[in-house]
Amino acid sequence: MIASLLSLAFLAQVVRIAVPYALAAMGGSITERAGVVDLALEAKLLFGAFTAAAFAHATGSAFAGVVGGMFAGVLVTGVQLFCALRLRADQVIVGIALNVIALGGTRFLLQLVYHEGANSPPVPGFGHAVLANPLVWLAFVAAVAVPIAIKRTRWGLRLRAAGDRPDALVAVGVSPHRARIAAALVGGALTGAGGAQLTLAVGGFVADMSGGRGYIALAMVILAGWRPLVAALACAGIAFAEAFNIQLQVSAIGIPHELAQLAPYVLTLLVLGIAGGKHGKPPQSLGKL
Amino acid sequence: MILRWLRPSDNVRRELEAAVIALLVTVAIGSVLMLIVGKSPGHVWSQMLFHTFTEPYWFGYLLYRATALALTGLAVAIALDAGMFNIGAEGQLTAGVLACAVIGTSIPAGTPAILAIPLCLVGAALAGGAVGAAIGYLRVARDAHEVITSIMLNAIVAGVALYIGNIALFQGGTTTGAQIAPGAQLPQLGLAGSSASLAIVISVLAVAGVWWLRARTTWGMAWLAVGRDPAAARSVGINVGRVRVLAMAGSGALAGLAAANFVLGHKHAFEEGLGRGTGLLGISVALLGRTHPAGVAVAALLLGFFSAGGLSVAQEVPKELIEMLQGVVVLAVACAGPWVRRRPTPMEAAP
Repeated sequence: MIASLLSLAFLAQVVRIAVPYALAAMGGSITERAGVVDLALEAKLLFGAFTAAAFAHATGSAFAGVVGGMFAGVLVTGVQLFCALRLRADQVIVGIALNVIALGGTRFLLQLVYHEGANSPPVPGFGHAVLANPLVWLAFVAAVAVPIAIKRTRWGLRLRAAGDRPDALVAVGVSPHRARIAAALVGGALTGAGGAQLTLAVGGFVADMSGGRGYIALAMVILAGWRPLVAALACAGIAFAEAFNIQLQVSAIGIPHELAQLAPYVLTLLVLGIAGGKHGKPPQSLGKL
Repeated sequence: MILRWLRPSDNVRRELEAAVIALLVTVAIGSVLMLIVGKSPGHVWSQMLFHTFTEPYWFGYLLYRATALALTGLAVAIALDAGMFNIGAEGQLTAGVLACAVIGTSIPAGTPAILAIPLCLVGAALAGGAVGAAIGYLRVARDAHEVITSIMLNAIVAGVALYIGNIALFQGGTTTGAQIAPGAQLPQLGLAGSSASLAIVISVLAVAGVWWLRARTTWGMAWLAVGRDPAAARSVGINVGRVRVLAMAGSGALAGLAAANFVLGHKHAFEEGLGRGTGLLGISVALLGRTHPAGVAVAALLLGFFSAGGLSVAQEVPKELIEMLQGVVVLAVACAGPWVRRRPTPMEAAP
């Protein structure tokens, strides 16, 4: 049992599961730190997953799938920002609405493009070798680079200012909206790439395959106090628990798997219930324009 | 009074304007999508209206969907009014479904309706209310963000329901439980065999009740005050924490009550995934209705129309197209509201 948990195969499983969570959490961290509420993570994952399937199927290349996923993530973010910044719609409503649209929209596209109700045709993936999967590398690089970029680059400084003190940005002659757009589009691309991993890992798109991962990723961002590196680690924790649960089912030691798979959620609640939520402050202008 | 109704205030007029613009945008986007799948939009829209409003079965389906959506919509709305974002109506509904089914199957088969139905309803409301109150308590006492706790509880409740279903409720290899006692079953409305049932009475009462609480009681005043400005509410002696926990308990109870529509009124048994998605759409309903009970009722009927109308023309256009429009209409209202509000009123525009 212990040996099987320490095996490389198990570790690879954890990494494979963690990629969509981690990429969505990085995307969400960037967008929220820039002051835009990002409930639309679920929509970006789902549209990213579908578009990845469409691109990979049309070209026969998994790389094209990644490009497709990022493209869809950017596109959804574009709609989100147009509604939230240009039209000043409530950012929470925009996110929820986009998630509803993604649920019906990806099924509609499935019907329209492939005349299928639930599955896309099989598409090529990156194979089972985790280290040969560029999305795994992207997730690792993002988990390291996003915190540094937010802290140390001009792009990061501007996005933090847009999230905390937009008036300060205006004072130095930078448009807060531009800074938000520059940030959120990068976040959308990362999240869309996470969606691509969902599709490419199982070799095809399945309706509703994001299964609430976008919401979980956002919860991890908030739990981490909007610190991307901590959020990435929290996502790794979720993935560890999921992989552990799959392992349990295989080795069957008597804990009901319906309950075992709840462990990360119960743990999150316990952490919040015992330690309390005073562990990180949201960006000061989050959701306000 | 009558004059006030005939000449609505600028605020009301702008809300209505926003709603009309949003509907037009939604119809336009839907029409484009219909053209893409090669159908005439005029034909599809008129068929949707024709089926839903002239055929009892589809009208019943509209009411069936609206009954549950009004309850989850109200649930999210009263939490929003008190400044809490209850994204957990989904889990609270599932808790209600589970409680309803467990009580309905464990009472003696001969229990009269007058006892059986209230028992199930109270159970559903308590189960949903407990989940809601837990979210409220964690926010108030532990400062835990309600969006996280709601999402976690949604997952936990769904998992626990599945577990209980597997060990105790599901009948031999299926994902359906045993039938509830006949006394606990709500009579159907008899609309051509559609699933609309007397559960609609619960929804109507809930809409009226929340309306009354909001407009006529100090309770309602307190919860609106907490939502609008917690600091000001505190300074006039309102116990903000208690109001929030109570609002979340009430919110969860309303979402739990939506179980009556599915368990007592339609399926008469526990089923895996019963009512799934209704809690999430409740957020749309609440936001679409701008958290006012009347708005919530209208929004629930509107989304019910999209569901029923979409299914009724499923032979011609994929039903996913209409499902998608349920999101588009929410997005359109969210965008049209601020756009209309920013335009100057005639008074302001006058030189």
